[in-house]
Amino acid sequence: MSVPLTLLGLLEREPSHGYDLKREYDIFFGRGKPLPFGQVYATLGRLARDGKAVAGDSEPGSGPDRKRYTITGLGTTEVEAWLTEPVEPEPHLQTLLFTKVVLSIMLGRSAEHYLDTQRAAHLGRMRELTELKRSGSTADALLADHGLFHLEADLRWIDVTSARLSALADMVRAA
Amino acid sequence: MSTESTESAETAETAARAANAAQAESAIQVSRPRARLIEARHVVKSFGQTPALRGASIAAASGEILAVMGPSGSGKSTLLHCLAGIFPPDSGEVWFDGRRLDELSETERTKLRRTAFGFVFQFGQLVPELSAADNIALPLLLGRTGRRQAYRKAASWLDRLGLADKAANRSGELSGGESQRVAIARALVTRPKVLFADEPTGSLDSLTGEKVMDMLVGIAREEGATVILVTHDARVAAYADREAMVRDGLVTSPSDAPVAP
Repeated sequence: MSVPLTLLGLLEREPSHGYDLKREYDIFFGRGKPLPFGQVYATLGRLARDGKAVAGDSEPGSGPDRKRYTITGLGTTEVEAWLTEPVEPEPHLQTLLFTKVVLSIMLGRSAEHYLDTQRAAHLGRMRELTELKRSGSTADALLADHGLFHLEADLRWIDVTSARLSALADMVRAA
Repeated sequence: MSTESTESAETAETAARAANAAQAESAIQVSRPRARLIEARHVVKSFGQTPALRGASIAAASGEILAVMGPSGSGKSTLLHCLAGIFPPDSGEVWFDGRRLDELSETERTKLRRTAFGFVFQFGQLVPELSAADNIALPLLLGRTGRRQAYRKAASWLDRLGLADKAANRSGELSGGESQRVAIARALVTRPKVLFADEPTGSLDSLTGEKVMDMLVGIAREEGATVILVTHDARVAAYADREAMVRDGLVTSPSDAPVAP
């Protein structure tokens, strides 16, 4: 899970304070594992240092940091590239795939296009493993099978998510 | 033609096909665009008021194995039937080997299906009253090949597929995997340019399905045949060179860079 890129994605939607970013992150992506405040502010500091976000002046109010952060052109470019590129196929990707789908919907980008790209990447890896299985030893075949079954599970999730994109979009917009 | 000269001609033909297959394999490895052997262009097909294809376009090159994927009811089997000339499209074009297949008469299309195309379906669709050898020899006999030569070829295919001892068995006496292997032999015995396979492992358990796919893909490559493989199963699609996704009657992700017509 890439916390910096996810926070950047949330910032692209609208400039936010650290507190609001944490709250949104926890609602959509926390899933029982809330993001510590310390990690939020440290990440925002690094994003500002690297020119991907800029911090406004401190605003009055309670809390550790009342700066409003805004994404920069560099940050937007980075989010765009991240949401478009498929994740390297490996087991247990669902959380990251889910994050990309939800952020794509939030930002008005094509989640369907992303899922198609990811499906193609998965099938490409499955082709490599199938060839290994056909040409390799029994041990190779069993190891390839392990990868194939996990990739197949991801693909089923991709298909189910593709079929439920409109329901997910309704949920994200209503949140 | 004498038996010897027939065998010699067949050996030469086999060598030529192997060379073609090697050439096709090489082309895949370097991702060089290859000429299209079979293609659907903007094909529309409805059944009554129900649209099945809404302008689907797809192409496969000579020697290529193309998986056509998609959810149930997406139109992938209809697309296969249109490519094979079984269903005439309502509009759009189907090309095969430089000819407009959709403009041929039913008789011409039937002849083409018998000589240039082979078919394997989910259930082998073997003729139950006939033996395995009879089933494999059948397309040759229908194409007016001599009885002796047809059965010699059938025996050769049974041997190649590890079914030599099942030649006299009827389909009811064969396992699911054996029936599909006989169906593959029957589809390829005429040495078609294109093999259409619609969920060829859909009725088999996982391990048997893998063995059937191994055999199908291995033999298709040896023969240099193009394979259009319709499947909803990613593990089956992974045997193909590439995949095309059909969704709501359209090919949505063909991974199909334009190639020279």
